[in-house]
Amino acid sequence: MSPYGPIGAGFAAIGAGIGIGQIGGKAVEAIARQPEAISKIQTNMIIAAALVEGVALFAVVVALL
Amino acid sequence: MYRSAILKSKIFNILLICAFFLTIGAFPTKVFSQENKAEGTEKKFDAGKTAMEHISDKHEWHLLGEKVSVPLPVILYTDKGLELFSSANLKPEGAIYKGKYYSYTLENEKIKVADEAGKVDDAATKKVWDFSITQNVAGMWVSALVLLVIFLTVASAYKKRGSNKAPKGLQSFMEPVILFIRDDVAKPNIGLKYERFVPLLLTVFFFILINNLFGMIPFFPGAYNLTGNIAVTFTLAFIIFLVINLNGNKYYWKHIFSPNPWWLFPIMIPVEVVGIFSKPIALMIRLFANMLAGHIVIISLISLIFIFNTLWMAPVSVGFALFIDVIEVLVVFLQAYVFTILSALFIGMAVEEHHESHTEII
Repeated sequence: MSPYGPIGAGFAAIGAGIGIGQIGGKAVEAIARQPEAISKIQTNMIIAAALVEGVALFAVVVALL
Repeated sequence: MYRSAILKSKIFNILLICAFFLTIGAFPTKVFSQENKAEGTEKKFDAGKTAMEHISDKHEWHLLGEKVSVPLPVILYTDKGLELFSSANLKPEGAIYKGKYYSYTLENEKIKVADEAGKVDDAATKKVWDFSITQNVAGMWVSALVLLVIFLTVASAYKKRGSNKAPKGLQSFMEPVILFIRDDVAKPNIGLKYERFVPLLLTVFFFILINNLFGMIPFFPGAYNLTGNIAVTFTLAFIIFLVINLNGNKYYWKHIFSPNPWWLFPIMIPVEVVGIFSKPIALMIRLFANMLAGHIVIISLISLIFIFNTLWMAPVSVGFALFIDVIEVLVVFLQAYVFTILSALFIGMAVEEHHESHTEII
């Protein structure tokens, strides 16, 4: 493991944090606006969050290996 | 009256528990420090090494931590023939077992060919194929057995009672989950031809779910880290890759190999070809990294006690570990769900008939 690996992993975490924060925030706004669409919004939110997280985990794995 | 209200309040109970742990912390500093000196101070605790040992595959099944473990068979295919012996022969670390053709030793849980003095022979090690029943393989068998028991029971209940009667027992526990996968995952994402893929999606979902859950149990039926092993997630993703591409219809391939304005050919074709492979690879990495990260975080939090070398740290680290553990149970379900829904989405993109509107995902 290189000494700079954890720093890269930290940057990846920043990116994922911003992304998932945006997704969660917008989803809550959308649910507040249209409470009856909650199940559809949640499904899409989880898919989008999983995709953002996937990219971040790519970065973390690359950084730590 | 006032006093009993204090005694009954939840905060008081929590304080009592904290105080209990803190008083334990006060005593043993002497006792434990003596014990440590007796064992020798040169053996320092290495959190990274402990975490790596914890998450990696082993040749023995740790039933209750490292003290109580069952040795598992080692099966080696060497260039001279088959070798079969118990992994108990390779304990303790550095022990050399003289087999039929070579002598072996264990280095970082990998079996290496070594000479009598214990020197590892890398050239000979490359010729030896390790087909051992490791902890992960044995764990997978146990989980497969559990899955078989659950689903054969449920299936026979449907056979006996018919699908029109209300479900009963285990059947009523599984039915909503199965219906959820069929109606909320397969149907909206795959479209008209969803029925062919429901068995696959159900198998993938329950296999990942049960192995994730067993991974969270720190003792016997669990204690292995199957879904946090990249070979296992690779196999799962490879199955999905085959299913996507073998079922892809002409629209799917046309979308990849003839983008609309012809002059985009040189850019779009490489991008789309990379897209074919990046989807299953993303599935593989996501499940692997999520489960691995969960295990590492929990073991690191527990390790805090040994890093600070005081029991005063215990309430903090146990509290945090419990918190992360509860989040992990959520992640266990979420990752099984995400893997299944993304598989359904990718399969749906490959088999959809109409072709005007399509969404791009990685």
